[in-house]
Amino acid sequence: MHDLTPITALGGTTPRVDTVGDVTLTEVPNVALASVAARLGQESACAKKLKSLLGATVPEPGRAAIGRDYAALWAGPDQWMLSADFDTHEDIAVHVKSHFSNTASVTEQTDAWTCFDLMGPRVNAVLELLCNIDLTGFDTGHATRTGIHHLGCFVIRTDARQSVRIIGPRASAGSLHHAITTAMVAAL
Amino acid sequence: MIINHPLLGPRDSAEFVYLGAAELMNRPDPETASAEDWHGYAYLRDNPAGVHRELWFHEGGDRSILIVTRDTTTHEISAVELARKPRAQT
Repeated sequence: MHDLTPITALGGTTPRVDTVGDVTLTEVPNVALASVAARLGQESACAKKLKSLLGATVPEPGRAAIGRDYAALWAGPDQWMLSADFDTHEDIAVHVKSHFSNTASVTEQTDAWTCFDLMGPRVNAVLELLCNIDLTGFDTGHATRTGIHHLGCFVIRTDARQSVRIIGPRASAGSLHHAITTAMVAAL
Repeated sequence: MIINHPLLGPRDSAEFVYLGAAELMNRPDPETASAEDWHGYAYLRDNPAGVHRELWFHEGGDRSILIVTRDTTTHEISAVELARKPRAQT
């Protein structure tokens, strides 16, 4: 029998929480991810499958959608990133692939990414330092990939005024965490 | 410089990587191309002072490749389109 202790992307046994002023950064380890890319000629069939999997409208460019068991964000033309609760969907890619069949290529992404929730009334002040998203039009349900600290990250607006979810490369979790907390200290 | 992405709207050019002239999409047919065709494709470029069609890769965004029509003397961008057709029009 092995005797391994599960750890988060930042190396702790419990998710890291940092609070500066009125903004809190929370590490979110229980996110399962899979990418879905429509195969050539199967774009509309793939979008139909995505709609039935989500139970919600397929997200347009620059948007995210929350469905029953899965949430999806638009990652590129005819490509989406799907997320689900890790506790119930640890094998997300298998479930998603069986649903999409040959209409899409599905890749397990869970262990490639780390997830942070940034919440608080002045979250925009932190985001302005971190990335070049135009925050004036960045409303609830908007999601985009942009550069934070030279790392390609997905930023999802979960609440229009005070929260975003940031999904960044897991191998650089420490650097991303450093960048966000540094911006929090500088902005707040 | 701001590039008006056809799907995502205005984005900072720092999110993009320049990939060269749009003629790179017009790869010679390997079945019929001569050595001169390949030489021209690989090495010969116009260097216009003025309107230039070029490829920009949205590396820091949705990873699509765009054809940007840019005036090389003013950096004014007059058109942006997705590079999804098999052959770029010149």
